[in-house]
Amino acid sequence: MLTLKEMMVLVRGELLTPGLDIETGCSKVFASDLMSDVLAFSEEGSLLITGLVNSHVVRTACLVDALAVIVVQGKRPIGAVVDEAAAKKLPIIATGCSMFETCSRIAQYLSDGMR
Amino acid sequence: MNGEIVFRQEFEIQGGDFSRGGEVSCEVKNLLREIGLPAANVRRAAIASYEAEMNVIMYAEQGRLDLSVTPLEIRIVVEDAGPGIADIELAMNEGYSTATPEMRELGFGAGMGLSNIKKNTDEFQITSEVGKGTRLAMIIRTEGCRP
Repeated sequence: MLTLKEMMVLVRGELLTPGLDIETGCSKVFASDLMSDVLAFSEEGSLLITGLVNSHVVRTACLVDALAVIVVQGKRPIGAVVDEAAAKKLPIIATGCSMFETCSRIAQYLSDGMR
Repeated sequence: MNGEIVFRQEFEIQGGDFSRGGEVSCEVKNLLREIGLPAANVRRAAIASYEAEMNVIMYAEQGRLDLSVTPLEIRIVVEDAGPGIADIELAMNEGYSTATPEMRELGFGAGMGLSNIKKNTDEFQITSEVGKGTRLAMIIRTEGCRP
């Protein structure tokens, strides 16, 4: 199990929601750009890795009880989306890594729990 | 559907308003949490609610979500005025979708919505009339956990 902070360091990420707790341990990861799949297949307490940056990512993540969101490929959600995440206490981390690289860097430290 | 209703609230859903999509379900989830229902039941209800809400936003003109809670179950009824569903059996198939590119860009429209509602509910009824609208009735049993 890694903490969200350790995952952020692995992908050289930046926390866009300062002040939110990222010391929480996380052992499950779900990576997808399809919110339909996130709703259908992700487990509660997962880290969500995605390339989408709209408000539906925040709402979907909250509804499935995701611990945090990593936004890949150098994308950054607009201020209103970040504000909504902060209000819902959902950490958002931005990374310049691709989806594949982000998953790869985290996967080597997790024996299971990757989807 | 036995049992007295201990909590009830209705919400309006505006078809086509993608920017507000999911707000009703976030409120539903917060309310169910505040009532003190088990987290697993709340999560299932929130997911089913979100799928139903997004269906109204994506396909209908307007809709209404009726949330009620009894000592034994969470009931969610979503009714819309819209095009309706001609072939419900076909629409229930995973992967079947009539979504537009705009819906897909937002991450929806993978054809998982109705089947995911079925997966996250203990009872699910869908009725529809082409040209008039669709009604989804969902029940999530709370295993006797009294709110």
